[in-house]
Amino acid sequence: MHTNSLYQEVILDHNRKPRNYGKLDCASHHAVGHNPLCGDRLDITLQLQNDQIDNIAFQGESCAICKASASMMTAAVKGKSRLDAETLIHEFRELATGKLDVNHPHHLGRLTVFSGIRDLPTRVKCAILPWHTLHAALNSIASASTEANNDPVQTVVPDNS
Amino acid sequence: MNPVNVSLKSEISSGFDWEKIRADFPILKLKIDNKPLVFLDNAASSQMPQQVIDRLVRYQTTQHANINRAVHYLSEVATLEYHRARCTLQQFINAREDREVIFTSGTTDSINLVMHGYGRKFIKAGDEIILTTLEHHSNIVPWQMLATEKGAKIRVVPINDKGELEVDEYEKLFNERTKFVGLIHVSNALGTINPIKRMIDFAHQHGVPVLIDGAQAAPHIAIDVQALDCDFYTFSAHKLCGPTGVGILYGKAALLEAMQPFKGGGDMIASVTFEKTIYNTIPHKFEAGTPPIAAAIGFGAAVDYLTAIGIENIAAYESTLLDYATECLNAIPGVRIIGTAAEKTAVISFTIDGIHPHDIGTILNQDGIAVRTGHHCAQPVMQRFNVPATSRASFAFYNKKTEVDALVAGIKTVQKVFL
Repeated sequence: MHTNSLYQEVILDHNRKPRNYGKLDCASHHAVGHNPLCGDRLDITLQLQNDQIDNIAFQGESCAICKASASMMTAAVKGKSRLDAETLIHEFRELATGKLDVNHPHHLGRLTVFSGIRDLPTRVKCAILPWHTLHAALNSIASASTEANNDPVQTVVPDNS
Repeated sequence: MNPVNVSLKSEISSGFDWEKIRADFPILKLKIDNKPLVFLDNAASSQMPQQVIDRLVRYQTTQHANINRAVHYLSEVATLEYHRARCTLQQFINAREDREVIFTSGTTDSINLVMHGYGRKFIKAGDEIILTTLEHHSNIVPWQMLATEKGAKIRVVPINDKGELEVDEYEKLFNERTKFVGLIHVSNALGTINPIKRMIDFAHQHGVPVLIDGAQAAPHIAIDVQALDCDFYTFSAHKLCGPTGVGILYGKAALLEAMQPFKGGGDMIASVTFEKTIYNTIPHKFEAGTPPIAAAIGFGAAVDYLTAIGIENIAAYESTLLDYATECLNAIPGVRIIGTAAEKTAVISFTIDGIHPHDIGTILNQDGIAVRTGHHCAQPVMQRFNVPATSRASFAFYNKKTEVDALVAGIKTVQKVFL
């Protein structure tokens, strides 16, 4: 795997200037994601109204892959319904673990820049952590972890479609 | 003795040819993405020379059977070779007797053995166990488990900003409740070499036994357990160019005899009835079940190999690599070396401003450079320096200065990507 294809300009740009960075004061949903293997922490707050994500923000300490993934994720799900967000979560996890056939219809758009991560098993968790945390927030689970039963490589997100 | 090592010795005495020694390691010829492998993760596990690989093949093809059991030829040969490996390790650490050397599955297993065999028998409620901030998780967690079970207390020796133990603070921790000391010889995260002799002597003045975790020391420092007068010393084969799955626990015979067994099973007994089991003598009391025979024999071969080169020669060469790498990395703006102890092995933990260690590791890997990134199973050290993780380059005697140059170029590439 050529790492260049992972550290693409779009990922580096989101790492440099993360979108929706911070914490919402009046969040209806909130979750903290944690990857104990590398110490990454991610805090996601969102405002859900009539089952639609009106606003979302993230903050935390993480690597570039995780931060860019979180930034692009927040941009992608803002304004979307909970159901559409869950679909994206599912598709992104399939993408990162190499199970998604990108030739079939999907909703990921530019998020496919993360497809190269499937060749770096140790980094899959970095890319998935934000999505995992979003899933936890939407389902009112206070904290998410990439370890144990929550291992994204093994866990399948419930299919909401 | 392996004849290859004898010829190696004569070569070395006529001057060091580290390139020739490097050629003993077939894995170092690998290419990663068409780039030569630059293996700088030796503190996690070192590579195996052809001599040790050959020894494993010879054992497996001409000497293998279970040991201490049957009367047939192969069983006798395997038993003898396994015992020889024990004697090789005994000499390597200058233990008084071979029965003071117990084969375990590695350092973690050894520490758990002491926790169960010594700790659970002798540590009581209210007792105190002294550990240090530099300990690997494997010398923290077993003692925490014991402390929870017994109602004992863990006291922790702090470190200074260079990553050196504050020995004065260590000495202040002692009181009449202090019953055990667990001490890492060389920090895996920072490379700090601890003044263990002084610390062992101080503990002994208070009648307290000391376990030394030597996993990172044995590959780089000549160990003399009698001179150190430590009560327990442990390390793993795979950090000494040997196989995974085996290590040793050295313990003073009187202590080992006073301890309770850790694991029950075959080989560790003298006689068994359903009413009563009489335990075997040491070291067998602590080697229940079929041991890692091949790995132990490979361990012996690895120690022979290193002894032929000479641990002092290895240390001297590695320290030139450390000095060069330290100078080179210090010269790169934005790079910060974590752990700057006066006494260090060839380990450099570092951070790069604004760049997460995992990104550093992935991009270095693109150039074939293997470093460790993460908390190095030493989270208290990371917390002390207020970093979530570091990148760590750890050198072995088969590394060379051009590989330091490759690391420097790799770090500059990383910085360019994140500019």
